Amino acid sequence: MIRFEQVSVTYGDAAAPAVQGIDLTVPEGELCLLVGPSGVGKSTLLNAVCGLVPHFTGGTLHGRVTVDGRDTRTHKPRELADVVGTVGQDPLAHFVTDTVEDELAYGMESLGLAPDVMRRRVEETLDLLGLAELRDRALATLSGGQRQRVAIGSVLTTHPKVLVLDEPTSALDPAAAEEVLAVLQRLVHDLGTTVLLAEHRLERVVQYADQVILLPSPGAAPVMGAPADVMAVSPVHPPVVALGRLAHWSPLPLSVRDARRKAGALRERLSGVVPPAPGAGAGTPPRNASGPDGIAAAVSGLGVRRGRTEVLHRVELTVRRGETLALMGRNGAGKSTLLSTLVGMHEPSSGAVRVGGLTPHRAGPRELLRQVGLVPQEPRDLLCADTVAAECAAADQDAGAPAGSCRAQVTRLLPDVPDSVHPRDLSEGQRLALALAVVLTARPPLLLLDEPTRGLDYAAKARLVEVLRALAAEGHAIVLATHDVELAAELAHRVVILAEGEIVADGPTDEVVVSSPSFAPQVAKVLAPLPWLTVPQVADALEATA
Amino acid sequence: MRAPRTTRTTALHAGAWWLWALGLATAASRTTDPLLLGLLVGVAGYVVAARRTQAPWARSYGAFVKLGLVVIAIRLVFAFFLGSAIPGTHTLVTLPEVPLPDWAKGVRIGGRVTAEAMVFALYDGLKLATLLICVGAANALANPARLLKSLPGALYEAGVAVVVAMTFAPNLVADVQRLRAARRLRGRPDRGFRGLLQVGVPVLEGALERSVALAAAMDARGYGRTAEVPRAVRHTTSALTLGGLLGICAGTYGLLGASGSGYGLPLLLAGLAAALGGLWLGGRRSVRSRYRPERWGWRACLVAGSGIAVAALMIWAGSYAPAALHPPAVPLTAPVLPLWPAVSVLVGLLPAFVAPLPPSGDRADRAASRGRAPDVGPRVKEPTP
Repeated sequence: MIRFEQVSVTYGDAAAPAVQGIDLTVPEGELCLLVGPSGVGKSTLLNAVCGLVPHFTGGTLHGRVTVDGRDTRTHKPRELADVVGTVGQDPLAHFVTDTVEDELAYGMESLGLAPDVMRRRVEETLDLLGLAELRDRALATLSGGQRQRVAIGSVLTTHPKVLVLDEPTSALDPAAAEEVLAVLQRLVHDLGTTVLLAEHRLERVVQYADQVILLPSPGAAPVMGAPADVMAVSPVHPPVVALGRLAHWSPLPLSVRDARRKAGALRERLSGVVPPAPGAGAGTPPRNASGPDGIAAAVSGLGVRRGRTEVLHRVELTVRRGETLALMGRNGAGKSTLLSTLVGMHEPSSGAVRVGGLTPHRAGPRELLRQVGLVPQEPRDLLCADTVAAECAAADQDAGAPAGSCRAQVTRLLPDVPDSVHPRDLSEGQRLALALAVVLTARPPLLLLDEPTRGLDYAAKARLVEVLRALAAEGHAIVLATHDVELAAELAHRVVILAEGEIVADGPTDEVVVSSPSFAPQVAKVLAPLPWLTVPQVADALEATA
Repeated sequence: MRAPRTTRTTALHAGAWWLWALGLATAASRTTDPLLLGLLVGVAGYVVAARRTQAPWARSYGAFVKLGLVVIAIRLVFAFFLGSAIPGTHTLVTLPEVPLPDWAKGVRIGGRVTAEAMVFALYDGLKLATLLICVGAANALANPARLLKSLPGALYEAGVAVVVAMTFAPNLVADVQRLRAARRLRGRPDRGFRGLLQVGVPVLEGALERSVALAAAMDARGYGRTAEVPRAVRHTTSALTLGGLLGICAGTYGLLGASGSGYGLPLLLAGLAAALGGLWLGGRRSVRSRYRPERWGWRACLVAGSGIAVAALMIWAGSYAPAALHPPAVPLTAPVLPLWPAVSVLVGLLPAFVAPLPPSGDRADRAASRGRAPDVGPRVKEPTP
């Protein structure tokens, strides 16, 4: 269905091609997963299928890409619109109209389909994606999972043979991600649609894939094959595969179910061992460090309203120094609001917030900076200068720190970033590190991160975990709002689950997470009922018992 | 006969609301009687209160009312400081007059402020404010995107540009708020004018990136596909459109000029016909079809008709009772409410009874956002970047 023949793409002034030597065929009706570290050209490859590369982005494409027999060199994206449906990373950027029903019809209107056909297909698609309830809703009021489903639906109505998706689940909570993947499954199974998708969060998708295309490193030729074979050699892989590799299971399990079947022996071997406390590596949290000095933030009876909606309701929370806390819950549960209340962006409608002796919404930004730092969901919001060096100088000035202290943080967090680069040209992981360095310049005892692993590959995530562990060991209190259960399992001493603005669970990570079907990490699911959470934990234990 | 709830099928044509509102606005432009103007504002406000939805554009009504008040205030301030040509005997205060050079004759700064001048300015400002409020009512009641959907095919792309621009502005505001909040995280003051200036560049950058992403998405979804049109048709289209526009220009010139009143009107009409023909032919190049276009039903006729009736009755009233519609500021008199013009303004209330009710889903939505429903999440969240 999709054929790449000796394709290489070089962008305008780049020295080396973004991708090269691509020679592969995606057969009809397969769900094909594109994996690889950040910056290997996954998006370039996806956009080459719908013709946006090179028609829209510029650059030179050598070789030939054909989709359903149409050559993308001679067909512009709009002329491929009836065979390829493309959904980018951000569904909001994809929407042209303002309501669900109009959005579903937009593509068909552009193709000039007859009104009765359009009406029928809109109704069919509403049912297929479970959107019938939302048909008159404004797009801006939808939740993340709903938006993603509408975006998929809006390209489905034209009955494309190929669906191309760039990171469809990375911004979603685990439940919403499953919603979207169930829809994709259904398309492949029932309608024979060919699906090509790129995703960083492999633990969510790899078990659904028929084929995996691996781009191992920039400029390297792709490897294509059955998921288990490719995962055996892939530098990026989900925890369940890591566990399988560790235990030498063959064939490699891709889903929790396969792994559980093989895990009998491993469970037996581990049953006598007591796993180290979660968040290991950062040492045990100073739970006994009572007294005002040990407490980085205290929230009592907190309520926050936005308009008529009560976003947070009677939240009680204490964060101690040296402790890492993961804040979890579905999209819109109030996680971000709680974080921004801690930095004083919202005034509480009831209750009290104390951060290092200050009341955040009354404190001046300068004093507050020394007590609490927040890395927002989009780290770029924090960066305002046009080079890394200027950014560091500005951060030193803001924090009143001696010159060079921010740069020292940057060097520590990411050694190989030159001073002259524009923050926009950094990769997601580098940008996050820079924002983190900027925040750390004022040495706040409390560090807040909102959804830090969005768009990070496994390597960048591992680096982030190391950095955060070191910070916790130095005595920083860290609060992460995240959908990433694997991250929470690796880092957090404590997990707090929010639902509709209320805390519904608060306790040590192993207790909260192991019992929850949606927040348990893969290793916990495989080894349940044993309370193991991460692959490194298991690896250490195996080494010790061997 | 009872008005149904609005669904996509029963929704009133957006054009009907605009005709109704423009009718009220025309009526407002025909009078300076503050009581009549107040009645017009009341009529528009009542219909908006009875029939507006919870959609984002429906909230614009309040903004238009405020804008109206600002207009009145500005008009009064100008009349106060710059004086006016209205003669008056009731002096309120006398400001020191600024001496101006000879060439600025006719302009006055400061001086005597009379009650008559202020009353005249108030009436005048009120008229403008009423016009604005009528436009605001149409804005609140009609979905602007739907209105643009009714444009002829050849103008479709311009319509899309406007729709995109309209969704753009709220995004821009959200961006500014987000970035100002981020400034607080850097330990810089997040309020004040300088703070606003410094987020300018990143906001524009973000806006530009978003528009590029949107353009890519639209392209990939088939925006701008064109049908093959024979050469002859293409040339005829250009000729008709160009010729038509020239005709309209020349015709208007003729009509406005003193000498050409003879050829002006026919030339204008011919130009208009040619331009419309060009638009119609141009529409053949577009392959687009329309999904569930709005239908013009009898309710739409009644709504539009009530607006037109108010305008017509008011124009007629202008001929049978000109004095009642323009209460004099000199000498000062208390304005009276003329009976028949007032009754004719009340015709404009008809839409509050015949137009479809706002959808019940809106009520449910409101209840949901007050209480808790599983999927109202993002409403309480800042837009994800």
